[in-house]
Amino acid sequence: MSIFVDSDSRIVVQGITGSEGAFHTQQCREYGTNVVAGVTPGKGGLLFQDEVPIFNTVIEAVEATGADVSMIFVPPPFAADAVMEAADAGVRLAICITEGIPTLDMVDVVGYCNARGTRLIGPNCPGVITPGQCKVGIMPGFVHKEGRVGVISRSGTLTYEAVDQLTRVGLGQTTCIGIGGDPVIGTTHRDCLERFAEDEKTEAVVMIGEIGGSGEEEAAAYIADDYPLPVIAFIAGQTAPPGKRMGHAGAIIAGGKGTAAEKMKALREAGAHVVESPSEIGAKALEVLGP
Amino acid sequence: MKLHEYQSKALLRDRGVAVPEGHVATTAEEARSGAAKLFDAGSARVAVKAQVHAGGRGKGGGIKLASSADEAAQFAAAMLGSQLVTPQTGPEGVAVNQVYIEAGADIANELYVALTLDRGRGCPVVIASAEGGMDIEEVADTNPDAIVREHCEPGWGLRSFQATRLAYRLGLTGKAARGVAATMMKLSHAYRDLDASLAEINPLVITGDDGVIALDAKFDIDDNALYRHPELTALRDTSEEEPLEMEAAEHSLSYVALDGTVGCMVNGAGLAMGTMDEISNAGGFPANFLDVGGGASVERVASAFRILMKGERVSAVLINIFGGIVRCDRVAKGVIEALNTVAVDVPIVVRLQGTNAKEGREILRGSDVEFIVAETLHEAAEKAVAAASGQAEA
Repeated sequence: MSIFVDSDSRIVVQGITGSEGAFHTQQCREYGTNVVAGVTPGKGGLLFQDEVPIFNTVIEAVEATGADVSMIFVPPPFAADAVMEAADAGVRLAICITEGIPTLDMVDVVGYCNARGTRLIGPNCPGVITPGQCKVGIMPGFVHKEGRVGVISRSGTLTYEAVDQLTRVGLGQTTCIGIGGDPVIGTTHRDCLERFAEDEKTEAVVMIGEIGGSGEEEAAAYIADDYPLPVIAFIAGQTAPPGKRMGHAGAIIAGGKGTAAEKMKALREAGAHVVESPSEIGAKALEVLGP
Repeated sequence: MKLHEYQSKALLRDRGVAVPEGHVATTAEEARSGAAKLFDAGSARVAVKAQVHAGGRGKGGGIKLASSADEAAQFAAAMLGSQLVTPQTGPEGVAVNQVYIEAGADIANELYVALTLDRGRGCPVVIASAEGGMDIEEVADTNPDAIVREHCEPGWGLRSFQATRLAYRLGLTGKAARGVAATMMKLSHAYRDLDASLAEINPLVITGDDGVIALDAKFDIDDNALYRHPELTALRDTSEEEPLEMEAAEHSLSYVALDGTVGCMVNGAGLAMGTMDEISNAGGFPANFLDVGGGASVERVASAFRILMKGERVSAVLINIFGGIVRCDRVAKGVIEALNTVAVDVPIVVRLQGTNAKEGREILRGSDVEFIVAETLHEAAEKAVAAASGQAEA
């Protein structure tokens, strides 16, 4: 079991002929992901790597191949439109990897996706992977291992670090979701917690947050209300100064709000196992779950 | 990107919001002539306002009222070139390079109006308060009931009925209520058109004859949207930005200076923050946040070293790379290659994890450069903190 993607997922890649899109599509295919189509306007009719049909529009790709998940590598000025095109074409899940999309574009895009019943993950995220089944994103597949822990994170390499620790201690992962580092995102920590609670295989959730916004506090309120799974949490940016953007567009303590200390406190009070160091994530998960 | 008051007001004036007449000055002479024009046009008093990217200017002496052009010139002379310290700046303050000379207003009532992003709701929100002139965070703490809000629905934006509702909830009536509601609509259009992350008028003044005028204004623009606003990019005042942060941005690096001694170079923003936290847990203090990007290429690593080493207090460097798609052996070679072009005279602790981490560590150990090689992040942080304190004593 898993959430969001599995071996039945049929992937269409928007921006498949760009350098990032092409490279990561190849990596995903090598992992075993079922990439059924690509979209680049003007390149319809061509084949990617002699095998994957390219279409001019997402709707054509969906109608011809039955694609139900879109992975989006379109550059920032066009990415919002690309997500809307995916939603309008009826994909169930749109995963937007692109970093640097204007925030107000995303406000409308999230509303548009919600109105059409398309779940958006990201933007500015590494994607989603269900180890052993399907990788839809830019994460290194080999650090992941099929297992017992669900992972939710706002960042990229910090997630790989946590995943690597979970693999080394022998717990492995059910599904890992990078929800993205932007201020407005399609899927939140809370949304993922909800889905993991319904997943039979997931025995615990590792949640990696960071400064800025209130997504971790909302997740904490949800956990406090009898959440059925143990949650191990780390919040990055305990040493971050206020008012400074720490790499991610959404990682900023604004008006004194969104500090790591507040988030850690909320999660602790909700009953989550909060670790202070990113090195302790794997060990804490092992301690909570047992070998 | 932050805009100055005078720039923000020009943008509002273009959109039909009433603002006082004003002139920018970079010298006392310019201030005098600007003030003279305002007095000639009938002003009883003029305000001399320091143009800096920090709030709380009034409390720091950055806003003065003058009754003559000579007095305005004197105030301007004292402000220009000085360091203005306000509750929102550090103790070192910020340099004042420009002042704005503005006609005084007839103030009957002061309001606060702003648009910003409600991240929890994922849409913009209008925040208004009858306690104008005060810091909104202070009002939120002391008198939260004085604050009223309306959310802008995605795809629809602020609607007129919402603006009207806000005006009445602020206790306004008649012409003033209509004027404030209209100003809110114009502000919300400006927020949208300019891709702002903050559009604030504080105070929004009701004059004696129920007119509405923006006495102070502030726009912050979403950096991600600047590509479609060349007219706003041209307004950037780099003199108010951290030189090292700007240099880093030119090399596609994300850098924030901090006041510790352990310089950090990490791939990925989350891991970079996590590395800073680990250094702090090990009893040290990070000198900076620095994300070299997921790929950690030679050029970026070299640029990162150059910027890092300009931090005056850096007495050890911690490189933490998680090799995913990028292989650690290549990162190791890249670090060595980068060190051929940049002089680094402090201990360098390197922790590589992920793809080919073992090979990467062997390359580092076998090189002519003396690296302190660590396997876990925890070990790396402890070694870096020890190296930094050793260096500090030496």
